[in-house]
Amino acid sequence: MAKIIRREKLVPNIHLIEIESPEVAVKCRPGQFVILMPDEKGERIPLTVADWDREKGTVTAVFMVVGTSTHKLSLLESGSEIPVFVGPLGKASTIEKFGTVLCAGGCFGIGAIYPIARAMKEAGNKVITLLDVKANYLLYWEDRLRAVSDEFFVSSRDNYYDCKDYIPKVLKQVLKDGRKIDRVVSIGCTYLLYTCAEATRPLGIKTIVSLNPVMVDGTGMCGACRVTIGDKTKFACVDGPDFDGHLVKWEELFSRRKSYFHDEIRSLCYWENKVFP
Amino acid sequence: MTEKNKLSPEVKEKLKAEYNKEWRKELRSAIPVKERMKISRQKMPERNPEERNTDFYEVNQGLDEKTARLEAQRCLDCANPQCVLGCPVGIDIPSFVKNIERGDFGASIRSLKSANSLPAICGRVCPQETQCEAVCTVKKATGVSVAIGNLERFIADYEQTKGKVHIPKIPPSTGKKVAVIGAGPAGLTVAGELAKKGHQVTVFEALHVAGGVLVYGIPEFRLPKRILKAEVEYLQKLGVEVRLNFVVGLTATLEDLKKDGYECFFIGTGAGLPNFLRIPGENLIGIYSANEYLTRVNLMRAFDFPEYDTPVFLGKRAVVFGGGNVAMDSVRTAKRLGADMAAILYRRSRTEMPARVEEVHHAEEEGIEFHFLTNPIRFIGDDQGKVKAVECLKMELGEPDSSGRRRPIPIEGSEFIVDIDLAVVAIGNSPNPLIPQTNPDLKVGKWGNVEVDWNTMATSMKGVYAGGDIIRGGATVILAMGDARVAAAEMDRYLRK
Ligand SMILES: Cc1cc2nc3c(=O)[nH]c(=O)nc-3n(C[C@H](O)[C@H](O)[C@H](O)COP(=O)(O)OP(=O)(O)OC[C@H]3O[C@@H](n4cnc5c(N)ncnc54)[C@H](O)[C@@H]3O)c2cc1C
Ligand SMILES: Cc1cc2nc3c(=O)[nH]c(=O)nc-3n(C[C@H](O)[C@H](O)[C@H](O)COP(=O)(O)OP(=O)(O)OC[C@H]3O[C@@H](n4cnc5c(N)ncnc54)[C@H](O)[C@@H]3O)c2cc1C
Ligand code: SF4
Ligand code: SF4
Ligand code: FES
Repeated sequence: MAKIIRREKLVPNIHLIEIESPEVAVKCRPGQFVILMPDEKGERIPLTVADWDREKGTVTAVFMVVGTSTHKLSLLESGSEIPVFVGPLGKASTIEKFGTVLCAGGCFGIGAIYPIARAMKEAGNKVITLLDVKANYLLYWEDRLRAVSDEFFVSSRDNYYDCKDYIPKVLKQVLKDGRKIDRVVSIGCTYLLYTCAEATRPLGIKTIVSLNPVMVDGTGMCGACRVTIGDKTKFACVDGPDFDGHLVKWEELFSRRKSYFHDEIRSLCYWENKVFP
Repeated sequence: MTEKNKLSPEVKEKLKAEYNKEWRKELRSAIPVKERMKISRQKMPERNPEERNTDFYEVNQGLDEKTARLEAQRCLDCANPQCVLGCPVGIDIPSFVKNIERGDFGASIRSLKSANSLPAICGRVCPQETQCEAVCTVKKATGVSVAIGNLERFIADYEQTKGKVHIPKIPPSTGKKVAVIGAGPAGLTVAGELAKKGHQVTVFEALHVAGGVLVYGIPEFRLPKRILKAEVEYLQKLGVEVRLNFVVGLTATLEDLKKDGYECFFIGTGAGLPNFLRIPGENLIGIYSANEYLTRVNLMRAFDFPEYDTPVFLGKRAVVFGGGNVAMDSVRTAKRLGADMAAILYRRSRTEMPARVEEVHHAEEEGIEFHFLTNPIRFIGDDQGKVKAVECLKMELGEPDSSGRRRPIPIEGSEFIVDIDLAVVAIGNSPNPLIPQTNPDLKVGKWGNVEVDWNTMATSMKGVYAGGDIIRGGATVILAMGDARVAAAEMDRYLRK
């Protein structure tokens, strides 16, 4: 059992959850994730750590409501308990002094990129942060991210912010004045990761993407999370989740993530009928 | 292929002493050997195949008291019991069997448990026919061995359901803290043994339920979860603390645990990364490793989706690659989840299949198809990225390979295509990499297995012991338990130094 210290809506459909877990709080590092189950009948779902408080012994994640498990999570009140919370899992992101690092995040990845941007900054990098939202009112944690960034951009499809186009355009804009970027790190939906990797591929900028394939155990036992990197099969939960975006076999990942599309809809309808008859 | 045990002089002496007890002599002479050999092996009551292949309740129903005692009469109480040499942990088989015969079930279970802490489990899943039962004298004489496994199961179940589970008196605490990593059969056994010695034991388990393969791998129809639950509760009564959702190496390292006062460690982290076939199309949707498939169904209860949230594909045409217990469990699960065709594709022939004979037999009764000498070469997907067929080659058997089994060689031009919508790959696992990854000092072998001194189960790190699948690759429950007992004895010695 783990106690939820705080659960709150950040913006429509995206929630923050802070969980009491002193061990995980002490250990977790940027880029790692936890696995939790919202109730006894739930799935084991992975969430990237978005922050932690080692003194208080809590871990924070930001999640987007997509299916049954995340819906269930979004209804939990502060003070309630969840049966399963385990972590930190996966390898931490490589944090070094690279020079200029561009951190790109979208939807839940805005939260998840935060500890990475912070650590990159602390390691002495020049940090350029680039966030992508569908509409202006979906932006959150702007202050926190600005505080650890040397430059800060937001792209939104409603043209509210700097640019309405997706990451490639902003990237071009950043690189326009012949500036050099040494590394790109990106977290968010698979499409965002893919776009980042494709944008930097011709430029030869090393681009690390945090992949989110379907997982079950998250400890390297089941093989559900397998992804093809170059010509090798890797298990994202133990070999990743960070990989070189230029080596990921994207079509396979897109397809495998949709494995349970129909079941997920069925599951959600079933649960909604039960909870909101 | 039975590998005979060497018994220590103490064990031999104990066997002899038990053998010479008055009641044993009397019982031996009560029925002449000839009469004993006339009794036929008592059949294990099983549920009807057409009924059981649609649900997950246990197939074997267990012997009743009367039948068990009759079966026990078949044992000749040999002066030189070969069966004991066939059991990897050297259980005093005649003692527990003869106690069943005379009806002293309490004495039987105590004798059994002094060598095997998980008899309800081993009685169900041990490959008896290649171990204790393979070398039984009655088998040599009549062709059909004493049903040692079934009797073991009987007496263990009797204790759990009818008798009172005996909680041994725990000696005063030694104040020594022991960390056991992994709650599979190896870890649980070490924990029990050391708790009984008065040490303070914590078992750390990565998953949210204790039991290892016994909960996420072996299905309910072969090993009901309640049995495991009872074993874990028993350990807790002995004072063992079980910490679930704790991944050693990540949640805390061995070093961290040392700082918390743990002085001695046991690594029982079992098998990890599943092996795949390494053929084109293997990552198509609808192709599982056996571990994923069985975990979804057993641990996450996908058979009850959508009441439980975790889904699993319900294939109508399911194939499973492999010939071991894992493959049998997978294919029988697919059948139970509604497959019209559920088939084993195995690249060798029937005689090379490593699965327990009983499982193969049960599978056949349940309508599982077997295709031997068949090897997949590629999977074919539809436009949604879902598997729709597999192309295979026929094989023939050539010369024996290093394992002594005849090597399958492809027959040229024998390609054929099977339409499928679900495939499960059950061709083994490599050892769990997490602990070696986070402890560079820990010596590992070329397959990633932790290396130990086989006499003590000590690893290359001081105070750290290991056993089970992490040192052997895929093995058996009883071997894992045997390792655990050796390790526990050494760990006790180490802690008292
Ligand atoms: C390493 C990793 C880190 C992640 N970090 C975050 C995060 O910080 N915040 C966040 O909102 N989401 C994160 N995700 C994705 C998140 O786990 C899924 O959104 C969640 O499992 C969906 O569960 P559901 O029941 O609500 O939706 P479902 O109805 O089950 O599925 C909806 C979508 O989620 C994906 N999904 C389903 N099951 C899983 C699973 N077990 N593992 C991964 N994806 C799945 C499916 O592809 C589908 O598109 C992460 C995933 C991974 C692998
Ligand atoms: C489907 C299937 C059917 C089988 N059928 C039979 C059979 O009929 N008869 C038979 O004798 N054998 C059978 N086996 C083999 C048998 O189950 C194994 O040999 C046995 O379980 C090994 O025990 P173990 O304790 O070494 O490891 P496991 O049972 O694998 O347990 C290891 C445990 O450690 C945990 N763990 C791993 N890493 C960590 C970590 N870092 N921190 C904390 N916890 C960790 C795991 O989650 C797991 O619970 C079968 C195996 C499978 C998969
Ligand atoms: S533990 Fe296995 S090998 Fe030993 S007696 Fe029991 S069934 Fe036979
Ligand atoms: S070898 Fe067979 S007959 Fe002899 S003691 Fe063992 S079980 Fe009984
Ligand atoms: S989630 Fe099971 S191996 Fe990665």
